[in-house]
Amino acid sequence: MTIFEAILLTVITASTPLVIAALGELVTERSGVLNLGVEGMMIMGAVAAFAGAQIFGSAYVGILCGILGGAIFSLLFAFLTLTLVANQVATGLALTLLGLGASGMIGESYVSIPGIRLGAIAIPLLSDIPVLGPVLFRQDLIFYLSIALVLGVNWFLFRSRAGLKLRAIGDSHSSAHALGIKVIRTRYLAVMFGGACSGLAGAQLSLVYTPQWVENMSAGRGWITLALVVFASWRPWRVFAGGYLFGAVTILQLHAQAFGLGIPSQFLSMLPYAATIVVLVIISHNRRTTLINTPASLGKAFVPER
Amino acid sequence: MKNFALALAASAAAVIGFSSAAQAADKTKVCYVYVGSHTDGGYSQAHDLGRQQVQKEFADKVETSYLENVPEGPDAERAIERLARSGCSLIFSTSFGFMDATVKVAAKFPKVHFEHATGYKTGPNLGTYNSRFYEGRYILGQIAAKTSKNHGAAYIASFPIPEVVMGINSFTQGARSIDPSFKLKVIWVNTWFDPGKEADAAKAMLDQGVDVLTQHTDTTAPMQVAEERGVHAFGQASDMIAAGPKAQLTAIVDTWGNYYVKRVKAQLDGTWKAEQTWDGLKEGVLAMAPYTNMPDDVKKMAEETEAKIKSGELHPFTGPINKQDGTPWLKAGEKADDGTLLGMNFYIEGVDDKLPK
Repeated sequence: MTIFEAILLTVITASTPLVIAALGELVTERSGVLNLGVEGMMIMGAVAAFAGAQIFGSAYVGILCGILGGAIFSLLFAFLTLTLVANQVATGLALTLLGLGASGMIGESYVSIPGIRLGAIAIPLLSDIPVLGPVLFRQDLIFYLSIALVLGVNWFLFRSRAGLKLRAIGDSHSSAHALGIKVIRTRYLAVMFGGACSGLAGAQLSLVYTPQWVENMSAGRGWITLALVVFASWRPWRVFAGGYLFGAVTILQLHAQAFGLGIPSQFLSMLPYAATIVVLVIISHNRRTTLINTPASLGKAFVPER
Repeated sequence: MKNFALALAASAAAVIGFSSAAQAADKTKVCYVYVGSHTDGGYSQAHDLGRQQVQKEFADKVETSYLENVPEGPDAERAIERLARSGCSLIFSTSFGFMDATVKVAAKFPKVHFEHATGYKTGPNLGTYNSRFYEGRYILGQIAAKTSKNHGAAYIASFPIPEVVMGINSFTQGARSIDPSFKLKVIWVNTWFDPGKEADAAKAMLDQGVDVLTQHTDTTAPMQVAEERGVHAFGQASDMIAAGPKAQLTAIVDTWGNYYVKRVKAQLDGTWKAEQTWDGLKEGVLAMAPYTNMPDDVKKMAEETEAKIKSGELHPFTGPINKQDGTPWLKAGEKADDGTLLGMNFYIEGVDDKLPK
């Protein structure tokens, strides 16, 4: 394997969880709900996936548990903010705190147990392409799912009737409600989709990235995700590009250190954040389209008139 | 509804919160403050094992409790003050970043005794304690020099503070005592705790052809990468053999228990005084994990070095040692003094990195 292939592989592993969780949050926010609990849902997904894989001895069951763990945990947020109309910002932050604490408690007996790594699936023919084949088509299921999610979310939001309704709710829940669209029900589903994606991203952390359970192992990736969605102005392909840019700069700065280029490491550590923000701001600089893409009722409470 | 969310936040904070058994008035309360969780598998867990040893040793005289996941900064002061108010008579604050908070609280509670790990500020009721981790790292360096096929190793480092720089230098010095052509690459991840990033750093180094890894970060992720790639690595703070059964050569293990027992005994006897303690392999505040996955002659060498350090025959920083740029630092036979080591802000010869300022 050449160093180029090795770097590409590491970049993919580092970027995949960001892309998956950001796509989920993107759908949630497009429906007008701001869920700041991504970090909490991600870590719950990570612990659920690890526990599931250990109990059933299969990484695939682990993935399923991760998705379910994230989705069920997000239901708590949905119930509090949509049914009880609690403040979304406060509830989202609480969800993160609760997730970090609860996952630590659930995972206490799993600390320092060797994990089960999710195996790679080689796609026939395609995986034989030189250079790109082994990198892109000899990957694990979660990577393939992440690509499917980019395509799927993009299609859903901009090509399907249900996606149009979801965006309509995000732009003006009152108008959508007046048109007879089920605002609360759609938002419940959108929040749960976000939770499921965060859970899947967590599963990637504890089954692929570093197959082990350590408390707090998401280490702030949920927060990066939230920033990605905003700077990508709620567009799936930009989220994808931003996630990979962040992952690529993170890995390349480590290689730059190893090559001994003599650039201060603190500057290099900052680079992924700075580069991602600058690039996404530049590609989203058109104010008019940015305004169109911003869900106008994001974070606002909706109480249907009876 | 906001109240409900706040209640939720409060209960979440309680999950992170305070562990304390039923209070008994006649028992001496000994309290600990951890920066991580007591099951982090690394630094804080090592301190908690020490606490458990104290609890076991003085089961009928002492009651121990701890606060975990306490962030370094203003929150630490509140946390430590809460312990002081709740009747703790001896408080150990176990992370470097608790230093100023501990100093402030110690001044407010002159009757309570405080001990701060790895810091340098003291007071009439505030002592410090630290471990000579560099003694262990010297042995790691020697083993690395014997193990590497290309005369080098990679060091995954957290932050460029004196403690870490001292470790890098000691490792290099150990390696060059065996192989003068040895070069150490250093990769800074600027975090103590991020499994993903630590693993990425490990992969980057291995992709560039390094075959021995060592780390001064807190998780087992680099060890796990070494295991998967079939190379060797050293554990940090805890024995990480579970993460690298074929990869781990040895680990430097923090064993604070003996020190804690000694200090709690002094507290019970009424002989506790604020002291600055810097113990090492000899006093048993750090230990080497079993030497594994290496030939017998390397193991023998490591054991001999360990014995020499314990007996005081060998000090890792004994001249002649040059600084990285080749200017002399220590003359032949000269030993580094503790003050220089604790403030170390330069590399020695053989480190292939530019020290971040």
